[in-house]
Amino acid sequence: MIYAEILAGGSGTRMGNTDLPKQFMMLGTKPIIIHTIEQFMIEQRINKIVVCCPKNWISYMQDILKKYIPEENNIVVVEGGATRNETIINGCKYIEENFGLNDDDIIITHDAVRPFITRRIIEDNIKVGLTCDAVDTVIPATDTIVECKEGEVISNIPDRRIMYQGQTPQTFKIKKLMKIYGSLSEEEKNILTDACKMFVIKKGKVKIVMGEDFNVKVTTMHDYKICNAILMERNK
Amino acid sequence: MINQSYRLFSPRQIRCELIDEKISSDEVVVRPTYLSICAADQRYYTGNRSKEVLMKKLPMALIHEAIGEVVFDPKHEYKPGTKVVMIPNTPTETDPIIKENYLRSSYFRSSGYDGFMQSIVIIDRTRIIPYDGISDRIAVLLELMSVAMNALEHFQSFSHMRKQTIGVWGCGNVGFVTALILKKTFPNAEIIVFGTTDEKLRYFQFADETYRIDNIPPDLRVDHAFECVGGSHCEDAINQIIDCINPEGSIALMGVSENNVPINTRMVLEKGLTLLGNSRSGYEDFDNSINFLRDYPEAQGYLENIISDEVVVKSIKDINKAFDLDINNEFKTIMKWEI
Repeated sequence: MIYAEILAGGSGTRMGNTDLPKQFMMLGTKPIIIHTIEQFMIEQRINKIVVCCPKNWISYMQDILKKYIPEENNIVVVEGGATRNETIINGCKYIEENFGLNDDDIIITHDAVRPFITRRIIEDNIKVGLTCDAVDTVIPATDTIVECKEGEVISNIPDRRIMYQGQTPQTFKIKKLMKIYGSLSEEEKNILTDACKMFVIKKGKVKIVMGEDFNVKVTTMHDYKICNAILMERNK
Repeated sequence: MINQSYRLFSPRQIRCELIDEKISSDEVVVRPTYLSICAADQRYYTGNRSKEVLMKKLPMALIHEAIGEVVFDPKHEYKPGTKVVMIPNTPTETDPIIKENYLRSSYFRSSGYDGFMQSIVIIDRTRIIPYDGISDRIAVLLELMSVAMNALEHFQSFSHMRKQTIGVWGCGNVGFVTALILKKTFPNAEIIVFGTTDEKLRYFQFADETYRIDNIPPDLRVDHAFECVGGSHCEDAINQIIDCINPEGSIALMGVSENNVPINTRMVLEKGLTLLGNSRSGYEDFDNSINFLRDYPEAQGYLENIISDEVVVKSIKDINKAFDLDINNEFKTIMKWEI
């Protein structure tokens, strides 16, 4: 089975003068998260979409789903966790409890605030995800990456040609992901903020698929303004 | 729903634009699976249209020959995954006399409006037709077939009954499909294809005869003719037809030309000829094309022969590759749309 998990855990960060979590802010005619969910909704191979969001926003999330996608009944909203990885695992646990798990079940995890995800990226994640343990979506690094361990003097400048910037989706064999997460100490859980990194550290093989430069994450007010500016209306 | 529209904004320059699509209950969402390049698209792509036309129509997503799968239907009439052909002509009114593709109020995809080079197409539910039983590679040629069907219907309505010999001028895609449909529709008529190169004419094995245009027997006559040449050579083709055709014959014109075409009207008058203009197609023509392929499954094999290249498209670079290949291809270039 193929599942999608939309990660909408964020709630605390203030963006400009709004307290509304950024995934609920309007992009064009709909909240950002609705645009994101719609892209997964039209991928027929996905059996269920699990949306993980903070407990106090669950009802709000259900309301906007009803308002914007009333026809769709393949989406479920569950409570996220305190960290990104905990949120991912909560989604996996929901799937395990409600549908059971097979060895080859995969989960495509995606940031709620990356609404410009494309069909090709989702399909590449499924295709590659079915053949390995984990998949990360990346784009080639355009800027030189500078490493500075102490914050003052450059300690290393890696070869840009082999550097990539991570995006999402990240896709995992669910059982493997849960096993690796379960094996982590509390200290490791705090350090390993990226689920793919858990696989890498634990000697798992993580393959990459190409993202798109426009598959941006709406993190700041600046991103938000740019996203609204590049999204066009259809002139019929 | 956010859509990526791959729009040509100047010759050979395509960019992805993100569009916030609104979907009404009259519409469905179709994900294109195969697209086919037409000469009209190629003229935009290479910039072989006047500056004024390019200024007026670009930026625009090209391609009006496409099939896809329904991925979302707000009314749940179409099951997700239903394979459909998409009709590029979009009428805004109905008329009891005039066909939808000739109504001046209709709009046409990839001519002033976005064509099918998009990640999803929001399309009126009356503009799609399921095509079960036909392979995708053939189904993507349905628009091309529908154009020939439109011309055939027109021809049947207006031409006289004697149809012993029908000539088809042009050995490209339109000529191929038109000759094939004519051969099946009028099995007792002699279908003769006139073209410029022996290599291309060799594909027309189903025709009764083929001739190079510089080697036509002087006494050869046809009752009716289809002009499928277009461009700068259609003047020569039309005048050659006028010379070869029997009195009161009909000439179905199908080739598009950028310039006005001088033709021998004196002989048109003397022979009492009928010139039939044909352009594009409508719902019925698509429906007839699907039925044609079901009635004559062997036609699918012939059509497979005119697919010169299939390009898997995952990026804008791949789109450029498909159009660049198409320039030198003898027949059709199709794109497996995975972008």
